[in-house]
Amino acid sequence: MDQELNGGQERPYVTAKASKHGGGRKTLSTKKRYIINALLFVAMLAIGQGLIDGDFISRYQTTVIEQIGIYIIMAVSLNVATGYLGQLPLGHAGFMSVGGYSCAIFIIRMMPVFDLNMRSFVTGEPMAVVLFVVGVLFGGLMAGLSGLIIGIPALRLKGDYLAIITLGFAEIIRVVMLNIDGVVGFELTGGAKGLTGIPSYTNFLNTFIVVGIVLFLIHTMMKSRHGRAILAIRDNEIAAEATGVNTTYYKTLAFVVSAFFAGVGGALYAGCIGVMAPAKFGFMKSIEILVMVVLGGMGSMLGSVLSATVLTILPEALRAFADYRMVVYAVVLILVMIFRPQGLLGTYDFSMGDFLEKLINGELFRGKSKQKSEEVEANA
Amino acid sequence: MANAMSRRNFVKLSGIAAAGLGGASILTACGGGSSSSDDSSIKVGLMGPYSGDVAQYGLAVRNGAQLYVKQLNDKGGINNKKIDLDTQDEKGDATEAKNVYDKMVEDGVVAIIGDVTSTPSIAVAQASVNDNMPLVSASATAADFIKYGKNAFRACITDPYQGKLMADFAAKQGYKTYGAIFNSGGDYEVGVKDAFVKEAKSKGLSSVADPQGYSAGDTDFKAQLTTIISGNPDCIFCPNYYQDDGKIVTQARQLGYKGVFLGADGWSNIVGGDQDYASAADLEGCYYDCSFTVNNDDEKVQQFIKDYKAEYNADPSNFCALGYDAAMVVMTAIEQVEKDGKYKPSDDDYKQAIIDAISSGSVDGVTGTIKYDGTGDPVKPTLVITFKDGKESVFDTIEAS
Repeated sequence: MDQELNGGQERPYVTAKASKHGGGRKTLSTKKRYIINALLFVAMLAIGQGLIDGDFISRYQTTVIEQIGIYIIMAVSLNVATGYLGQLPLGHAGFMSVGGYSCAIFIIRMMPVFDLNMRSFVTGEPMAVVLFVVGVLFGGLMAGLSGLIIGIPALRLKGDYLAIITLGFAEIIRVVMLNIDGVVGFELTGGAKGLTGIPSYTNFLNTFIVVGIVLFLIHTMMKSRHGRAILAIRDNEIAAEATGVNTTYYKTLAFVVSAFFAGVGGALYAGCIGVMAPAKFGFMKSIEILVMVVLGGMGSMLGSVLSATVLTILPEALRAFADYRMVVYAVVLILVMIFRPQGLLGTYDFSMGDFLEKLINGELFRGKSKQKSEEVEANA
Repeated sequence: MANAMSRRNFVKLSGIAAAGLGGASILTACGGGSSSSDDSSIKVGLMGPYSGDVAQYGLAVRNGAQLYVKQLNDKGGINNKKIDLDTQDEKGDATEAKNVYDKMVEDGVVAIIGDVTSTPSIAVAQASVNDNMPLVSASATAADFIKYGKNAFRACITDPYQGKLMADFAAKQGYKTYGAIFNSGGDYEVGVKDAFVKEAKSKGLSSVADPQGYSAGDTDFKAQLTTIISGNPDCIFCPNYYQDDGKIVTQARQLGYKGVFLGADGWSNIVGGDQDYASAADLEGCYYDCSFTVNNDDEKVQQFIKDYKAEYNADPSNFCALGYDAAMVVMTAIEQVEKDGKYKPSDDDYKQAIIDAISSGSVDGVTGTIKYDGTGDPVKPTLVITFKDGKESVFDTIEAS
């Protein structure tokens, strides 16, 4: 579906650019761009896995890298609602917990049915892989569903009000996780003591395959008609509505997509940590993810990826400074916000295809044409 | 903003800053000499929350454990090897705890003292099974902590054990009716309350109202207390942390309740401080169970308090004592393994030997004699503490059954 939607989308842009530089400019077709990106991505996965197998990357580093992948998903998915849709939801951790709990409970309940044990996920039995895929999708769907339930009333509000209502809903989700056992009458989420004994079904490879898929899906969605409609709503809701964009529908769509991928991220998180406790998904977790998006630049996918990476590594890299590390973390955030209020990358996004085109046309190191502002360049 | 930088400049600048930071952290890491265990030292991990919401417990445990290791090293260490404590903060977060655990394994620790709070402890316990890493927690009271493998031990008594113990105590005191108020969002509070309710039922105590839950962060408990007090129970079970307990007791007294409050070890520290609640009169005649109190006349305990004061210039809390004992459990086991001299710290069998030494050994800790009868749960005595004129005193010592 995405290919079909996308097929006609990038061409006009490329030709427009080509014409600007004169007729002789070589261009890359959308198909080629995707193939190149896919190959690069597979190569990166292979190199990463090779380094892990060869013990060049230690287990500690692997765990941190997995968490980077998970937070990339979280930041990129929140970016759909904040950066692209232009709303300020403060309840992303709620969706993360819904996804995490649903996936973990689903997998724990299904393990005896398929005769799997905790080790099956590490050794990679085929049934375990299937269960992982279904579980993660299930987690995403449940989060998407709660996103829909929350989104329909919430998106009638704007700005601060939306922020507060989503914050409230995330708290509701947390309290439900805490108390649902007593209501349903059997052990489901484990209440305050948390859900324990989750098999470690997350590893480097499957985390980053999911990261790749999520990035691809969000990228293609934003390039499609639906994505353009979402961007139009961000830029001017009244104008978008006047030109026939069904704003309620698209706002809800973006919100649900954002929640779905947050659920996917949560599902991976549950497998990575092995314990889920409602207290971990409070307000601060939502803020943590929002900080990643804002720091990276709202509306920039690369920005979200970069800042999720940096902000996950930072506390770990600063471990050597012991007690001062949280201070350093805060100082970094403050400095960025003072000197770079639009985020690390603003709305700039990197495009491998454009980069290669510039390379084959020998434009890369030619003097930079300044007449185009960064923002125009960004949406390439 | 006027002084906003361009992206290019900012990226350049942050690149330089990142390189500087990275370089500095590498230097610190090297300078710290954090090599794994060798002939002159044995590396042991110590993890806990030293920043964040639950830092007070982590820091208390850390102080206790560090004091024991310092005393041990001053005496020449174990088998002429110094104990090198690898202390890491996990902020009370399960994710960080797992990272810290992986890092410690990588750094070659032979055993870990930790973790402190329940959820991170369980995350670590689950991860540690595959490595067979000896794990001794000072304060992970959640029942599940020792469920995953034979490598996990704790120095403290569990939530359910405390609930049961206090219910037995209530029955022994001749109370017939009870009410309960607890933080419904805390695993500790819920765990203790559930066990209390179960045991109270089997001992024939009747409840005047359903156990009343409140949310974390509440400061007004009068609605719940009114419900309980209207049934006029002989005792109110209040197994929460001391900040809440103090307010609950005072508010209950204001509502005219004259009966007894029963608590669990979250009550330690309730006396003292500049609070305008939990006055001496309010607390008179209440009871709670605990492993440690500074008002214990035991010689060992008084020596520990003296040493602790000399080191940190403060009175040790329950958590400090448990940290001290957890370190003692680990070090005694290492001592045993070193004495046998069969394995080197880099061997995998060394870890198994430590686990065996812990489960078969017995240590004389400041919170009582601790031994493990084939499980990760300690068999140790528990103190029941009461208040008289605003002073705590040991009311009874209940031996492990």
